[in-house]
Amino acid sequence: MARFLLRRVALGVVVLWVVATLVFVLYFVAPHDPARLIAGRQATAQTLADVKRRLGLDRPVLSQYGSYLWRLLHGNLGYSFVNQEPVTSIIKRDLPVTASVAFGGAILWLVIGVLSGVLAATRPRSIADRTTTALALFFYSMPTFLLGELLLLGLFFRLHLAGVDFFPGGGYVGITTSPVEWARHMILPWITIALVTAATYSRLTRGAMLDVLGEDYIRTARAKGLRERRVVYRHGLRSALTPVVTQFGIDLGTLLGGIIVTEDVFSLPGLGQQIVNSITRQDLPVIIGLVILASAFIVVANIAVDAVYAVLDPRVRLS
Amino acid sequence: MTQRLAIDVAVGDGLGPVGPAKRPIEGRSPWRLAFERLRHDRVAIASSVVIVIIALMAIFAPVVAHLVGHGPNDQYRTTGLSPEGIPVGPNLRFLLGTDELGRDVMVRVFYGARISLLVGVVASSLAVSVGVVIGLMAGYFGRVVDTVLTRLMDVNLSLPYLVFAIALISVVGPSLLISIVVIAFFSFASVGRIVRGQVLSIKEKEYVEAARSLGASDVRIMFVDILPNVLAPVIVYLTLLIPLSIVFEATLSFLGLGVVPPTPSWGGMLASSIDYYQVAWWYVVFPGLGLLVTTLSFNLLGDSVRDAFDPRYNRFFGTTE
Repeated sequence: MARFLLRRVALGVVVLWVVATLVFVLYFVAPHDPARLIAGRQATAQTLADVKRRLGLDRPVLSQYGSYLWRLLHGNLGYSFVNQEPVTSIIKRDLPVTASVAFGGAILWLVIGVLSGVLAATRPRSIADRTTTALALFFYSMPTFLLGELLLLGLFFRLHLAGVDFFPGGGYVGITTSPVEWARHMILPWITIALVTAATYSRLTRGAMLDVLGEDYIRTARAKGLRERRVVYRHGLRSALTPVVTQFGIDLGTLLGGIIVTEDVFSLPGLGQQIVNSITRQDLPVIIGLVILASAFIVVANIAVDAVYAVLDPRVRLS
Repeated sequence: MTQRLAIDVAVGDGLGPVGPAKRPIEGRSPWRLAFERLRHDRVAIASSVVIVIIALMAIFAPVVAHLVGHGPNDQYRTTGLSPEGIPVGPNLRFLLGTDELGRDVMVRVFYGARISLLVGVVASSLAVSVGVVIGLMAGYFGRVVDTVLTRLMDVNLSLPYLVFAIALISVVGPSLLISIVVIAFFSFASVGRIVRGQVLSIKEKEYVEAARSLGASDVRIMFVDILPNVLAPVIVYLTLLIPLSIVFEATLSFLGLGVVPPTPSWGGMLASSIDYYQVAWWYVVFPGLGLLVTTLSFNLLGDSVRDAFDPRYNRFFGTTE
C-alpha cells in the first residue's frame, strides 16, 4: 500500500515538473515580448531594458529556468502583467467561488450518476432502465455550455417571465454572506456540471452493478435473508464502485474544463472566469499560474482517488 | 468443384453434417459480419442518415446561401434588426431569425456545420493515426521504447486538457489549424494505450513469429501483420472520438479560442447568443440544436459500431454477457 502510493506520488511529481517546464517554454514561444506588455506601447528603449532586467529576461535561458523553478517551489506564481497583483492573491480571492462550483457539482454528479445507475441495474429492461439509458446518452452528447444556456433560457428567463423568480440569472453570493442565497445561486451551475458528467457514471455503475449482482456472494447474501436494499447497496454497490472511482480520477480534468465554461455562462467570478478574461488581456502569468494550479489539483486529487480505491478494494492494497 | 469446396469449408468449421451441401457456405470475414450487423441495426441506419443530412447541409451551405440570397457574413441592419437594434425572430425572410448584427441565423447554422464536421473528423483521424503509430511502437518494441512512450501518454492523460489548451492557444493565437492540432494532441493518448494493450498480446502470436522467420522487417510486421488485427477497436474509438472532438471545438470557439470571427461556427454563435438569449431564443436554440443533433448521432452510431464489432457487448444490457 505504502509503496503503491509512493509510486503514485513520484509520478505526480514528474507530471508537475513536465507541466512547469512546458509552461516555461510557452513564455518563450509567445510572440509577445513580456517586457513590452508590461512597459506598454509607448515605452522608450531605456524603460524596456529596465523592465527586462527587473524580470531577469536579460539572463541566459537556463538561469531563468532555474530561478523560475525555485520560485515555484516557494509557492511564488509571479505577478499579473495587467496590475502587478500577485497571482497567488488572485487565486486566494477567486478560489471560494470555484471550489463552491466544483464540490457541489461533483457531489451532485456522483449522486445522480450512481443512483440512476443502480436504479437501472436493479430493474434491467424496465422502462426506468431504458429511460435512464436514453437520458444518459442525451446528456453525454450535450456540450456543457449549451446545457448552461438552455437552463438559463428555460429555468431562469421563462420562469422569470411567468412570475417565478426562484432561479437567479447568474452571479455569486458568498457562503458566509448568506448560505441560502449561496445555494440558490449555485443550483443551476451545479445541475449544469452534474448532468453532463453524470451520464457516463450512470452507464458505468449500471454495467458494473449488473456484473456484480450476478455473483455468487450476492446469492449468498440473499439466501441469508438479508433485505434487498442491504444486498444492493452494502454488498453490491461497494464492489461496483471500483470502476466508478477510477473513472472519477480520470474525469477531474473534464470537471475543471466544465467549471471554466460554467463560470463563463453563469458569470461567476471564479478562477475559470479569471482565466478566460486573462486570455483577452494576454495576461500570461495569470494563465500560467492557473495552469500550474489546475495540474497540481489534478495530481493531488488523483493520489487521493487512488487511496480511496485502495480502501474500497482490498486487492489493490495486497498487490 | 464448387460443391466440393463448400463441403470442405463446412468440415473445417465443424459446422453442419458432411454431405452434399445444398448451397455453398461462404467464409465471411469479421468485417463483413460487422457490416451485416450494422446494416440490420435500425439505430445505426437512422443515425447514419442524420449524419449524411448534416454533411449535405455543410456541403450545400453556399447553395442555401444563394437560394435565400443572404451570405453567411452579410449584415442586414435594416431588415434583419428591429428599429431598437434587436435581432428579429423567424419570419419568411429570415427562416430561423437573425443575430445581433442582422445576419441570417439559418445560413450561419448551415455554414457552422462545415467547421464542426471538418474539425471533428480531421482532428479525430489525426489523433487516431498518431495514437496507432505510437501504440504500435510502444507495444511492439517494448523495453525502453515502451516505458518512455507509456509514461509520456500517462502524463498527457493527466493534464487538465482544457486549461492547457487555453494556455497554449492564448499564446500562439487561435485558428482552425491550431484547434485541430490541440484537439488531436489531447486525444491521441487514449488510442495509443488501447493499441499498445492489443499489440502486446498479438505480437506473441505464431503468425507474427512466422513473418519474422521469413525475414519480414519490423515495419512490415507492425503495419502488415499486426495493424489489421487492432483495427476493430480503433474504428470503434474513432467513431466515438468524433463527437468528443466536435464538442471540444465548439467549447474552444465558445471561449473565443476556436475559429476566428466572422467565420460562422456553432460554438461561436452560442457564445455571442448568451448576451441575447432574453430577446432572441432562436439565436440559442438553432445552433444548439445543430450541435446536439450532430454529437448525439455520432454517439449513437459509435455505440452501434461497437456492438457490431463486439456482439458480446450489449449497449442496453450490461457490459459483456
